[in-house]
Amino acid sequence: MSWRRRAFGRLRAFFSKRALDSALEAEISAHLDMAIDENMERGMSYAEARRQAMLRFGGVQLAREQQREARGLMNLDILLQDLKYTVRTLGRDPGFTSVAVLILALAIGANIAVFSVVNTLMLRPLPFPNAQQLLWIAPPPTKCGLSCATYSTDAYDEFRVQSRSYQDVTGYFAFSSPGNLSLNLSGGAPISATSIDVIANFFNVLGVQPAMGRLFTADDARHGAAPVIVLTNAWWRRQFNADPKIVGKTFDIGGQQTTVIGVLPASFDFGAVFAPGTKVDAITPLDLYGPPRDWGNIITFIGRLKPGISLSQARQDAARVAPSMCWNNKQPQSCGSYKDQVVPVPLKDYISGRLRRSLVVLWSAVGMILLIACVNLSNLLLARAAARSKEFAMRGALGASRSRIVRQLLTESLILSGAGALLGLGLAFILVTWLAHQGAIALPLLSTLHIDGAALAWTLLIAITAAVLFGLVPGLRMAGGNLQESLKDSGLGSGQGRKHESIRSILVVSEVALACVLLVGAGLLLRSFLHVLDVDLGFQPDRAAAIKVDYNDNVPGDKTGVLTTQKRTVIFQQILAHVSAIPGVEAAGISDYLPLGQNRAWGTPFPKGIKPPDNASSPLVYVITPGYLRAMGTRIRGRDFTWDDGARSDSVVLISASFARYLASLANWPDGNAIGQVLASGKQDLHIIGIVDDVHEEAVEGEAGWQIYYPQSQADSAGAQLVLRTTLPPATMASSVMRVLRELNPKQTAAEFRPIQTLVDHANSPRRFFMLLVAAFATLGLLLAALGIYGVISYSVTRQTQEIGIRMALGASASRVERQVLTGTLRLAVIGIAVGAVASLATAKLIASLLFATSPWDLATYVGMALALLVVAAVSGYLPARRAARIDPMVALRAN
Amino acid sequence: MTPQKLDLLQGTLDLMVLNTLAAMGSLHGYGIARRIEQVSGDEVLLNQGTIYASLVRLEQRSWIASSWGVSGNNRKARFYAITRSGRRRLAADARHWERLTGVMDRVLGMSNDPDEEGNPA
Repeated sequence: MSWRRRAFGRLRAFFSKRALDSALEAEISAHLDMAIDENMERGMSYAEARRQAMLRFGGVQLAREQQREARGLMNLDILLQDLKYTVRTLGRDPGFTSVAVLILALAIGANIAVFSVVNTLMLRPLPFPNAQQLLWIAPPPTKCGLSCATYSTDAYDEFRVQSRSYQDVTGYFAFSSPGNLSLNLSGGAPISATSIDVIANFFNVLGVQPAMGRLFTADDARHGAAPVIVLTNAWWRRQFNADPKIVGKTFDIGGQQTTVIGVLPASFDFGAVFAPGTKVDAITPLDLYGPPRDWGNIITFIGRLKPGISLSQARQDAARVAPSMCWNNKQPQSCGSYKDQVVPVPLKDYISGRLRRSLVVLWSAVGMILLIACVNLSNLLLARAAARSKEFAMRGALGASRSRIVRQLLTESLILSGAGALLGLGLAFILVTWLAHQGAIALPLLSTLHIDGAALAWTLLIAITAAVLFGLVPGLRMAGGNLQESLKDSGLGSGQGRKHESIRSILVVSEVALACVLLVGAGLLLRSFLHVLDVDLGFQPDRAAAIKVDYNDNVPGDKTGVLTTQKRTVIFQQILAHVSAIPGVEAAGISDYLPLGQNRAWGTPFPKGIKPPDNASSPLVYVITPGYLRAMGTRIRGRDFTWDDGARSDSVVLISASFARYLASLANWPDGNAIGQVLASGKQDLHIIGIVDDVHEEAVEGEAGWQIYYPQSQADSAGAQLVLRTTLPPATMASSVMRVLRELNPKQTAAEFRPIQTLVDHANSPRRFFMLLVAAFATLGLLLAALGIYGVISYSVTRQTQEIGIRMALGASASRVERQVLTGTLRLAVIGIAVGAVASLATAKLIASLLFATSPWDLATYVGMALALLVVAAVSGYLPARRAARIDPMVALRAN
Repeated sequence: MTPQKLDLLQGTLDLMVLNTLAAMGSLHGYGIARRIEQVSGDEVLLNQGTIYASLVRLEQRSWIASSWGVSGNNRKARFYAITRSGRRRLAADARHWERLTGVMDRVLGMSNDPDEEGNPA
């Protein structure tokens, strides 16, 4: 209690310094006056009385100081003194100060930016209230990606009713394709936009509140309800100029008058959370009990746990419910097919769990950058401290205690790192803002990236840590120095104590070692990335492009769908005929889904007479026209579909090579040849007419899955992506293709003409993102290491000017001196590289899981990076070496 | 001037100030200083100025309280008075001091050996 009051008193004393000082002055002068009065009463003259009074009082100044020390915060006073002094000394050496601050700013800036990314993706909860209650419910990962991570509407109902762990369960339609909305504003071409269908309780479960209007109610999703739409904040601003009266307005969307009922808050970005790297413009209610009932597995599950229910309880609950879920309630044999296929995981793990390792690696990389920067600064400060040794020796001789000098040096470090942190914060802000606007990078939550309070706290922490790290070694060395020696030492000219040199050498070696670890890591990631680019995707993305085509195949009163299919075939045939006639188009075809995008599965057709094994993976389904595979650059063995494969001819399919191998091994086909064999799918016979290359449809990395292709004239297609293979760069074809499409269908939306390469780039973007960042950090590390080597060698040459001068006067040749300096440099570099290589070998395990087709002990990378470091070290050592060789002995000897 | 010596001196001065205020009631700085000099028979040659650091220390610990007033010969001065907790402290310190001097007396009285040079301990 009392110490608190005392501390408070002291604090107040520090801030009301002037008032207390004047009170003290009044007290002292009253004291002296009283003493003078008494002395004069004893018969002294005024002058003598005053002299005696002052004598008895002792030094007035001393009394003041003592009193101030007793009452106030001496430490704070000293700190202010130190600060003033530091700013003055740093200002006197702008070269050193700016280099030091710049190095720190780069290192600290990189750290803040990466921390913000890590914080957003890994540390911070998802941007929903009580986000830890949210679970993603899906089967364990399989070959068929999202198609096998979804459930039917019947399964949804069963799960929702039977589960006891959840406040509520929701989901969304997983197969909305980009550009599935066409907004018809009066006048002008229809505008293409992307919307996601969600179950009506979607926003309730996530805890999202509208920015304006309302969100969905159960009524909105009822079969036959009036169409409604909720706009995302971004689309509302972009497309509707942030119209404050938008709620209640109706628009023609896809031919239906649709009412805008609400606008989402800017904080909710569907794409950022559930579909990284894609843009979602609007949300629409999913009509669970309409046609989707028969679409099979289409819904993803998201649940919100009841308070107090643990993940393992939810898992047990799900395992209990799963066997009673049916794919379709009307098909009793489909009940129980979800056994072991319903596994809840925290939503956050689903969204960013895969990235954890990458983030840790990134974080370690910037941590190393910070270490390198600290080592560099330590070196610079050591050099500076050596030059200032006389100053400190003088201060020591004048009575400054050791701790006071260390304190002064630490203050300097803190000021430097503080300035570096401020500048670094600016750099990080630029970087983070830029990253937040990289919509094309398929990383979750990237758009929510910003520098928040946690990042600021982190900045403070690393600034202080850095200051202590790089300030302590020079500080202790300085304060521990021998006074007499420093004062006597002439400073320049002769090689200074071995000990000093060896500390600096150790610092350089550790710097090189750290840079080596960084470079090897970056090199391995770079090699992995190059391997990924080399992957045979099963299609040729270059010179191919896709555009979404609108068509109207609606035939009134068509119960069986046969007429619709016929009409669609005619439309497609017409489109392809016209598009193929455009000069520069080599091949054209239409598919309803593209690789590396949306996909779906329809269950597995099996060879006739073979009983399907349990839990077999399903091939992904593509419904295509003749020419599509040629346009994509996918090779076919056997024949392609033709326009003659129609409703009345045999049902035909193409299957991928690995699926064909699987089926052949199952059915023991002669020579494993699948062409000409027949598969059974329900009551339908499917004739295999060809085998096509395996296509990487889910991700560029990893194994290609299975595919099955149906001719669109014999199957329901879910839209149309027109794919063109061109002799000209695809981008130059965009306008002519659009003109042709508009001629055929005036309602064609202004859809994006996307080179297929962008699909691949999109799929590779997370790897590219991490690889680029790590490579950038490695380059920064290399630069800093080079700077460190240069600084140390250059400094030691300067200090040895006289010695070198003497040696040259005694006959050493310039080239010999040069060689000697270079050898010294390379020796440090080699030791550093050796240490770094060993450390890399030890840490390579950490990034092993991030590598693709690259061993963590890839010899070429190690050798390449070691050589690169050696070259950089040689160059940084060469400049001072040349300077040493050019020393004129006469000048050098006269100088001191 | 090593810190240890200073501490001892400080402690002693603080104790003297407290005791003076306990005996005399309210006094200003000069009065306290003079009183200590008189009582000690001028054996303590006090730098009167040091008393002010002592006064601040004691006041921050709430052992004394101060207020501005007018001295006998009409000068504005700051008057100090001991507080209740100051008296408690004084009692404790005085006891401690007596024990210490008692021990010192016994230790010194025990030493018959006049040889003081060979024993640095």
